[in-house]
Amino acid sequence: MAGGRPQSPARLPPEPPFAPRSHRRAGGFELSHTRHNGMIGSELTPGMAQLTAQTAYSDESDLVARAKAGDGAAFTVLVNRYERRIFRLAKHITQNEEDAEDVLQDAFLKAYEHIRGFQEQSRFYTWLVRIAVNEALMKLRKRRSGKLFSLDEDVDTGEETVPREIAVWDNPEQRYSQEELRTILQQTIDSLPPIFRTVFVLRDVDELSTEETASALGISVPAVKSRLLRARLQLRDKLTRFFKRKADDVFAYL
Amino acid sequence: MMSLLTCNQFLEELSEYLDETAEGEIRKAIEQHISECPNCWVVVDTTKKTIAVYKGMQPEPIPKPLHDRLIRALAKKGCCAGDA
Ligand SMILES: [Zn+2]
Repeated sequence: MAGGRPQSPARLPPEPPFAPRSHRRAGGFELSHTRHNGMIGSELTPGMAQLTAQTAYSDESDLVARAKAGDGAAFTVLVNRYERRIFRLAKHITQNEEDAEDVLQDAFLKAYEHIRGFQEQSRFYTWLVRIAVNEALMKLRKRRSGKLFSLDEDVDTGEETVPREIAVWDNPEQRYSQEELRTILQQTIDSLPPIFRTVFVLRDVDELSTEETASALGISVPAVKSRLLRARLQLRDKLTRFFKRKADDVFAYL
Repeated sequence: MMSLLTCNQFLEELSEYLDETAEGEIRKAIEQHISECPNCWVVVDTTKKTIAVYKGMQPEPIPKPLHDRLIRALAKKGCCAGDA
């Protein structure tokens, strides 16, 4: 029993297995009026990507294999596929356009240089995100050199979970133009502490699983969960100011 | 006998409920709480909408010069992709 079996690592493995089970969700949501399709662009959304996860995955391991063999065109397909999401993530973490541009470039350069070391125990995107998050955090730390900053810092005061404002919402897309809506959403998410907005973007915008997010950020699964809960509740609170139904406030204080 | 949740206990379970990872007794207790507590019902509804509205937000296209700079930098490292 105690033989030569390798010890299971105490920490999270750097590349968690691709886990289709964690790609659930969809089920309980019946938000016909805030569906993606009504929103911006017609490009493949992360949500739609889930539907074709299997095909995308096999197509992707083929691209990765070719990139490993030195096929630059295959790597460029991966660049084109993910550069927007990586740039958005970098902007959310660094909150600085210039830094985000550097992060984008450095992340893909590193990914290209190290692709032979990528063991494909996770999706390529998860691996790429891990590289990009590291780059972005280095930028963030440089900018806030006075303040020590860690993604794992204990931020749970409990206060963040208490909703301050409870009111039903109108359909945001009816009240605001897409431009206005984009601005509201961006400013609101950028007002959260870095760890909250980073976890939220990875889990709820990029739709990584809890385990993938933990792995990408190098923090524990419970830490991801508690930060995600607080991020969601803070965003909900802040967005309520914009989206609450005007005449219905009385209902909120029943 | 199902144990009753306070609003604060309910909030701690909110993410698991929304992600559909809450199961069995705890799920029943959450559903019961929402059906009886209008405030928590609103919190569930508006948190779902918060997630949905962000999920629907597409990443904006990368500025062309930035994309080109990236492709050039990759080409310097030997990633000869031609034009992309
Ligand atoms: Zn309640």
